Amino acid sequence: MTPAPSGHAGGGRWRPYALLAVPAAVYGTFVLYPLATTVRLAFYDWNGIATPVVTGVGNFVELMTNGRFVPALSHNAVFLVFYTVIPVALALLLTVLLAQDRPVGGLSVYRVGLFVPQVMPMVVVGVVWGWIYSPVNGVLAAVVEALGGEAAPYLGQVSTALPAVGMVASWVQYGFALVLFLAGIQRIDRTLYEAAAVDGGGRWDKLRHVTLPGLRSEIVVATVVSLIAAVRVFDLVFVMTRGGPSDSTNVVAYEIYRSAFLQREVGLAAAGATVMITIILALSLVVIRYGEQRD
Amino acid sequence: MATVAPSRTARDLPAPPATAAPGTTARGRAQLDWLSHATLALFMVLALAPILLMWVTALKTQTELATNPFGLPRQWVWSNFVQTWRQGQFATYLRSSVVVVIPVVAGATALSVLAGYAFGAFRFRGRTLLFGLFLLGVMVPTEGLVIPLYYFLDAFGLRNTYWALILPQVALSTSFGTFWMRAFFTNLPADLSDAAAVDGAGPLRTLWSVLLPLARPALGTLGVLVFMWTWNEFLLALVLVSDGDHRTVPVALSLFQGRYSAQVPLLAAAATIVSGPVLVLYALLHRKFIEGMVAGSVKG
Repeated sequence: MTPAPSGHAGGGRWRPYALLAVPAAVYGTFVLYPLATTVRLAFYDWNGIATPVVTGVGNFVELMTNGRFVPALSHNAVFLVFYTVIPVALALLLTVLLAQDRPVGGLSVYRVGLFVPQVMPMVVVGVVWGWIYSPVNGVLAAVVEALGGEAAPYLGQVSTALPAVGMVASWVQYGFALVLFLAGIQRIDRTLYEAAAVDGGGRWDKLRHVTLPGLRSEIVVATVVSLIAAVRVFDLVFVMTRGGPSDSTNVVAYEIYRSAFLQREVGLAAAGATVMITIILALSLVVIRYGEQRD
Repeated sequence: MATVAPSRTARDLPAPPATAAPGTTARGRAQLDWLSHATLALFMVLALAPILLMWVTALKTQTELATNPFGLPRQWVWSNFVQTWRQGQFATYLRSSVVVVIPVVAGATALSVLAGYAFGAFRFRGRTLLFGLFLLGVMVPTEGLVIPLYYFLDAFGLRNTYWALILPQVALSTSFGTFWMRAFFTNLPADLSDAAAVDGAGPLRTLWSVLLPLARPALGTLGVLVFMWTWNEFLLALVLVSDGDHRTVPVALSLFQGRYSAQVPLLAAAATIVSGPVLVLYALLHRKFIEGMVAGSVKG
């Protein structure tokens, strides 16, 4: 990622260790140790009070068969569409339409506005959208009724709750992808497009042979960052639906919270967290690998 | 990740006439440009609309909301904020948020400088392995830490104290900060610290008086990101603190929502208060926010 370390600060061999002592102690105590403990607890049966009992892979078997974790995981999979597919596709479409055939100037104003949902606390986002979806005095209900339709409790019925929460995630994510792609396409050498035009290539050819390869790193970053967000989602679900109605918006993070802190099935929750950590580490490694290749 | 950072020069150059496709008139180009800007403006408004809606709603009466959900308030009811502030005890919760966020920003920044300097400017045994371990924290979700933290902090009598929120968040942000500051120190020319060393300055002295003044922009970006993450943090604050005295504003808002779900203007006022500090900071320092979040987007 960076040139070989120059070792430019010279001096005694113990110095880097001395510099690292306090950061490593704090980080080890409050990140690495809890992380290792989560993985260890996944192999125990524990209610948080009594002595933990070793169960081997019992918790993982229970996760797969208890009829709650697998549906929760499938809701995360649905969220992948809302967190990743919709925002990335929309941002790509807009980028191609707006900036492929000509450079556009003066984008900084839009950038500032498009980024705002990224900065907002997710709890605030959930509260505001919860009211937008509300059947009483809700904004969406008002629009639907003005158009002659019939408003529904969008978050309160099984058929709409999951996509309703998902749309909020798409709203949060699209600006980030758009800012990333618009910046990226400005760096593609314009002569490549001219060459494609000379070869008789249309819009589609330019997209396939110039834009997509040129935006590869931006697309990978936007995809992986939003995939990780979809696997982790907690705040939105907690604030908007508490996993309901009838568990139809229950996700892995909420299931972990519920098992650990409401039902005191600590080992089971730790096993769920271990599954989540594994998925996220696997996704993150893709980005890191990619970053190394790129430079 | 630096290559992802937006480049300014390319974007601001006007289109040279030579690139105009055959048959494209100046007028056609102008229309296309107009359309591009309208489209971008539309999607920007879409991103801002819920927030604007939150602000105008916070200033309406419950009855006006039913008849006028979108427009500006006919009568600006500032007392909604007074009522929310008092009933929601937001003075207490904002204080807790500030008491947590300041030490986290200061602590994480200081530890990140030390660790980033060690990894960026020195070669030593175990460097790659140790850096890999530090990087792990950028990726692990809080869900992967919160269960042991709850029991561990409880055992030391730290649950329901500010320490329960400060220490884990300092540690978590130090992970990203180490990654961020290492990149800065690696890219510094070696002559700088060499010159200082010739003058007889030790590494800490060199760091403090020669390197840190140069690191100010990188430190500023780091500080802004850590502020935002800490201010917005929900899961740790929900689980590790259950008493009102140490509750931070995101959790306070989620509880306020439970009690006042029918009183939308008060809820909107509460949401405005909670997001206020981070939005003000964003308005002032949006460049740093965007730069940091785009360049450091490994952090989820």
